[in-house]
Amino acid sequence: MISGLPLAFAFVVAFSVCLYVVLDGLDLGIGILFLFAPSDRDRDTMMNSIGPVWDGNETWLVMGGTLLFAAFPVAYSAALPALYVPLMAMLFALVFRGVAFEFRFRAGRSRLLWDWAFALGSGLAALMQGLMLGAFIDGIPVRAGQFAGTTFSFFSAFTVASGFGVVAGYTLLGATWLIFKTDGTTRNFARAASPSILAATLVFIVIVSIWTPLTHPAIAGRWFSLPNFLFLWPVPFVTGLLALFNWRAMHGERDGLPFLFSIALFLVAYAGLGISIWPYAIPESVTISQAAASADTLQFLGIGTAIVLPITLAYLAYAHWIFRGKTAGGYER
Amino acid sequence: MGLDPLLLSRLQFAFTIGYHILWPAYTIGISGFIVILNVLWLVTRNQVYRQQLRFWIHLFALGFAMGVVTGIVLSYEIGTNWSVFAERTSNVIAPFFSYEVQTAFFLEAGFIGIMLFGMERFPEPLHVISCVMVAAGALVSAFWILAANSWMQTPGGFRLEGNTFEIVSWPAAIFTPSFPYRLAHMIVASYLTGAFVVIGVMGWYLWRREHLAFARAGFSLAMWVAALLAPLQLVIGDLHGLNTLRFQPVKIAAIEANWETGPRRPLTLIAWPDMAQEKNRYALEMPSLGSLILTHSLDGVVQGLKSVQREDRPYVPLVFFAFRIMVGCGLVLIAISWLGLWLRWRKKLYDLAWFNLICAFTSPLGFIAILCGWTVTEAGRQPWIVYGRLRTADAIAPVAGGAVAVSLAFFAVVYLVLLAAFFYYALRIVLAGPQAEIEPLAVRPGRDSAPAQTPKG
Repeated sequence: MISGLPLAFAFVVAFSVCLYVVLDGLDLGIGILFLFAPSDRDRDTMMNSIGPVWDGNETWLVMGGTLLFAAFPVAYSAALPALYVPLMAMLFALVFRGVAFEFRFRAGRSRLLWDWAFALGSGLAALMQGLMLGAFIDGIPVRAGQFAGTTFSFFSAFTVASGFGVVAGYTLLGATWLIFKTDGTTRNFARAASPSILAATLVFIVIVSIWTPLTHPAIAGRWFSLPNFLFLWPVPFVTGLLALFNWRAMHGERDGLPFLFSIALFLVAYAGLGISIWPYAIPESVTISQAAASADTLQFLGIGTAIVLPITLAYLAYAHWIFRGKTAGGYER
Repeated sequence: MGLDPLLLSRLQFAFTIGYHILWPAYTIGISGFIVILNVLWLVTRNQVYRQQLRFWIHLFALGFAMGVVTGIVLSYEIGTNWSVFAERTSNVIAPFFSYEVQTAFFLEAGFIGIMLFGMERFPEPLHVISCVMVAAGALVSAFWILAANSWMQTPGGFRLEGNTFEIVSWPAAIFTPSFPYRLAHMIVASYLTGAFVVIGVMGWYLWRREHLAFARAGFSLAMWVAALLAPLQLVIGDLHGLNTLRFQPVKIAAIEANWETGPRRPLTLIAWPDMAQEKNRYALEMPSLGSLILTHSLDGVVQGLKSVQREDRPYVPLVFFAFRIMVGCGLVLIAISWLGLWLRWRKKLYDLAWFNLICAFTSPLGFIAILCGWTVTEAGRQPWIVYGRLRTADAIAPVAGGAVAVSLAFFAVVYLVLLAAFFYYALRIVLAGPQAEIEPLAVRPGRDSAPAQTPKG
């Protein structure tokens, strides 16, 4: 049972990060689209569509961070100093994005300031998360459980491509969320923008998917050796299929469908990433079992998490459900 | 070289955590007040409590956002700047942080939407429950974070394997010797600080002779809370100090600027503690009183700073002065709350302009006391990051000084700009006053006048 705990926690961490990426990804995507919206009224609607839930969405980031600290301390303490610059930039960006929700709502003449803080904060946070994803895939040099590189070793052309890929992907989630949750001019704006955002997302998915195996022979071996390929070929195939369905849905009538297909697209890309880096906690440096905390610690964490997490998911789902339906004039308070 | 990553990381962590703690203190305090208002509204059905509720939810929302965004920074800063600490202690204290997220942050985040946006939209019981959940989440968060901090102060329940702390007993690691006192001291501090925020705002209205019915209700309520908690805090603080004397005697020696070990030690009221010469300059002392206060006996032996090597002493002046400012703020708050009690008995609580004006300016004192209190306990823990076990200097991450210098500069600028923005918008809410809302319940203002969202189901 104990030996399975690191594996179980790898899935819980992956699950938390996945929820973060989808939920706060759409929040950040709305921020990226914010300044392009046709009017101030649409911006109100966009912000209102996530106003009651953004905090819960963002909390998955803290969940991922602290869970990594508790369950995979070696990964936490080795990866974070390596990502100092993009991580700090992301935190500053999230600070501006977060307070903009409250301050913009209160602002009179200073509203434009918080429009920009919200948009730039969201865009920068997404870009930095993408850079960190790229740096993570590229591998982080670790010696004796600590980071062994320099301040800017995270930076490369690949990490930049990955950065813009995440920006595009989050924008796709944001735009399709707006189709799902809003009406009138805001929805029309999101509908008009979404096909080109989908195209951009696909371009970056293709670039990163080709670039990764080219520079990482181990990952190429994982995908293109037999019999693996026989099991793995559906991943790119399903990605293409989902993109096609999404494209059609964007030009269709049902407002919920593009969002669903965008989430599915994210999940498949996420699964592809998981296949590439398995069984590493930090690719090519530290495996999941090497990174894991002591058995006693995992057990203590596991018992509580098994009880608390389902309850948490239930009331968070309720918090989303109770604000269901189209966001119209905004939420009174 | 110049840019020392250790010093810069310490400054950065001190600044970011010191700035952050103001907001949890504020949100614990105000959410507690909001729960009281809910109860009073449900029991009395007096519209003034509903008006108070709405008003404080608005002000709560601003501070809550500040707490959220500055808190996320800390959960990552432990890794970015103190990765050696993270790696060595994680098997003991990291689950506390994870449980904090799971049992507290999600609870707050899950119900904050209903609390902020749901007063008119959803059935009243759901809104009341949401307010209670948010207040409970804030408290649970304090439980876990103070468990982690107390473990760093008075570590327990562990064994050392090489450099790594491994768990032996979870109850002993969570409930370390200083934990109950620290938790009680911080929670009461938060409620007291919240009460004086209310007293400040309501005192301002009273002095301006504005919104009188509204202001009296809030002022009266908060004054009761303060009169109860301010003296209680003095007692808890004293017990916390005695606990510290037992488990961290060097910290007490720094608080008292007491260099020598022995009986009949004086109480140093004010001085400049000279670290190099190991004595106090310009000291004003009360003979033997130090021993009496700390050991409750004139002949009680008190441990001095010289009992440990120079490199094992904290920076004394910081601890010494921070403690005196904290106690000074606390005494002022006690004086005001008890003066309020007396004025209430004489039926003059709302009518003395000078008293109301003084009250209007007491709001920052709770925050200052909290900052100084944390300075005492954290700076007093130095040079250890885990008291007696792991030195702060040995816990630093392999980060470049330049990178930390830049991030620290950004934190300084960004956080101060945000503080200014917070004050600007909070003051606007205060100056605008409570929304006029003495209407019959059936109308449900806001709901029927403006187009809200239209649920499908």
